[in-house]
Amino acid sequence: MDKNKRLDLSYSQMKWETIFKRLLIVMSAIILLLVVGVFFTLIVESWPSIKSLGVKFLWGKVWDPVNNIYGAYPFLIGTLLTSFTALIISIPFSYAIAIYLGEYNPKGWLSDLLKNTIELIAAVPSIIYGFWALFVLVPEVRKLETAIHVTPYGVGVFTASLVLAVMIIPYAAALGTSLIRMVPSPLKEGAYALGATRFEVIRSVILPYTRSGLFAGILLSLGRALGETMAVTVLIGNTSAIANTFKDIFFGPGNTMASVIANEFAEADHALYLSALIELGLVLFFVTVIINLIGKRIITKYTNN
Amino acid sequence: MKVVKSLQLAVVAIASVCLSQSASAQDNTLLGAGSTFVYPLFSKIFADYDAAKHVKVNYQSIGSGGGILQLTNKTVDFGGSDAPLNDEQDKKIGVPVLHIPMASGAVVVSYNVPGVATGLKLSGKDLADIYLGKITKWNSPLIADANPGVKLPDLGIVVVHRSDGSGTSYIFTDFLTKVNEDWAKKVGKAGAVNWPAGLGGKGNAGVEGLVKQTPGAIGYVELAYAIQNHMPYASVQNKSGKYITPTLETTTLSSNVTLPADSKVSLTNTDNAKGYPITSFTWALIYKEQNYGGRSAERAKQLLELLWYNIHDGQKECAPLNYAPLSKSAVKVAEKILKSATYNGKSIL
Repeated sequence: MDKNKRLDLSYSQMKWETIFKRLLIVMSAIILLLVVGVFFTLIVESWPSIKSLGVKFLWGKVWDPVNNIYGAYPFLIGTLLTSFTALIISIPFSYAIAIYLGEYNPKGWLSDLLKNTIELIAAVPSIIYGFWALFVLVPEVRKLETAIHVTPYGVGVFTASLVLAVMIIPYAAALGTSLIRMVPSPLKEGAYALGATRFEVIRSVILPYTRSGLFAGILLSLGRALGETMAVTVLIGNTSAIANTFKDIFFGPGNTMASVIANEFAEADHALYLSALIELGLVLFFVTVIINLIGKRIITKYTNN
Repeated sequence: MKVVKSLQLAVVAIASVCLSQSASAQDNTLLGAGSTFVYPLFSKIFADYDAAKHVKVNYQSIGSGGGILQLTNKTVDFGGSDAPLNDEQDKKIGVPVLHIPMASGAVVVSYNVPGVATGLKLSGKDLADIYLGKITKWNSPLIADANPGVKLPDLGIVVVHRSDGSGTSYIFTDFLTKVNEDWAKKVGKAGAVNWPAGLGGKGNAGVEGLVKQTPGAIGYVELAYAIQNHMPYASVQNKSGKYITPTLETTTLSSNVTLPADSKVSLTNTDNAKGYPITSFTWALIYKEQNYGGRSAERAKQLLELLWYNIHDGQKECAPLNYAPLSKSAVKVAEKILKSATYNGKSIL
């Protein structure tokens, strides 16, 4: 008897086990289907544009809806330039925050305050960043541009990158903080016992131990920067003409793929135009996938070493 | 196998969500969608109409292009648009669509020129040359000629345009196309064009932000927006050679000309000597034959009565909200167009 009861119980337990597992698989399958679905929709919808413009779409420099000429090159450059500039600006800050909150000051009110503030940065809607920067940051950038003798537009790739940098700091910082807190203390204590200073512990124990995770945080930030739309569109100047010198491209107005789509989609009034905008989305999709794949490769390489 | 089954389940889950969404039909509410420009006016008129006649109207301001698409898909009773249907949209709908003017709006040229607080005058040709990037300084003799007695600074012009596709840009480029051959050849008219010069600001607010902050900037916004936000705006030379300050009156006057029977007309560069030249109607779009997709005759009648109300009693709401009311000749044309709508071939009103 006793044995049978035990069996019954385990049967119902098994049932729940199966149901729960099914549920998990269905949930993941839905996500998978959504991504594949998005990909196919993008291809199907952008087919008219792919057919009529071909690969020229990628390096065409003119975007002229009136004459149905579409080239994504200026927006591709704009997207990559703003995202990577923002990333480079943000890395010192996010690493510093991660190390400070993870190692120097993991507990206490100051730590909590800082951590909450950084999380708040991620919670502010991007349109707020956009308009704040338009009215506060842009005049300052204009002064800087006057000082270094470039046309003082105020808005442009550089301004957009600055604001993007602020927006993406929390992602790498939050992930970095938790990872650094998870470094086993025996490792650190061992290093201290051998006479290492705090800086040496961070450099030779903590950073190598968390390297792949910190890099994953950067990838997360980059993904966010690539897709960010609203703040960028307010600040980037929205011009599809590409300047001749790097200085002018960097400080002058430009445009990104996400921003063009957001700006023009609602009023795209003929089929090829709409299709070209969707093809921009497809290109953005590919750019994100490629950058993620490269990132994954780098992570595996570091971890193996 | 398990994975396949899970995928099937997932498909069912997604499909059921989609279905439950589309099943929400509203029977006693008239549906409209389109132009964001006309939205504040429509919401006021429709609220009044609901109070008076107990007919609810749900208007979604998703942009003119979106409104036309919704009408094409027959998901709304009427669309709102700042531009008439283009050939491609016309072909896609395939049946006659009526354009009923609802109000008119003006696009004004705002500027930030130190030392010139108000009263700048611009000719259409010069305006186009500025936007083409040909006139690059405020003290250019071309601008100075139109502004005798005004001390224009030696300052670069920063051109600001809308970055988002918009009816405002359509009206503005439509005007430039009419008054400057070079513009017509190189750029043309559309809600979004390949701007030869300058910066793009997102929406009226984005343009305002850039113009207000950048010394030397010039930009264009809707008249109502400029009035509400106390922006300076230029007088623009019309076809008769007069410099006209944009106001609700001069906007209305621009449509007080002989209008074609279908009202599908571009008002820019008006023939009226007292009219401001950068104006346009905003239209409500409906199918001429109202019996489609199982619509009842009663619903068709409700729709027509609503639009009739808009062009008569509704017009009194225009001025307080900074829209220009329809001119006399526009109301007459609109009445005729509404009367031409049919249900099963029989006229409704």
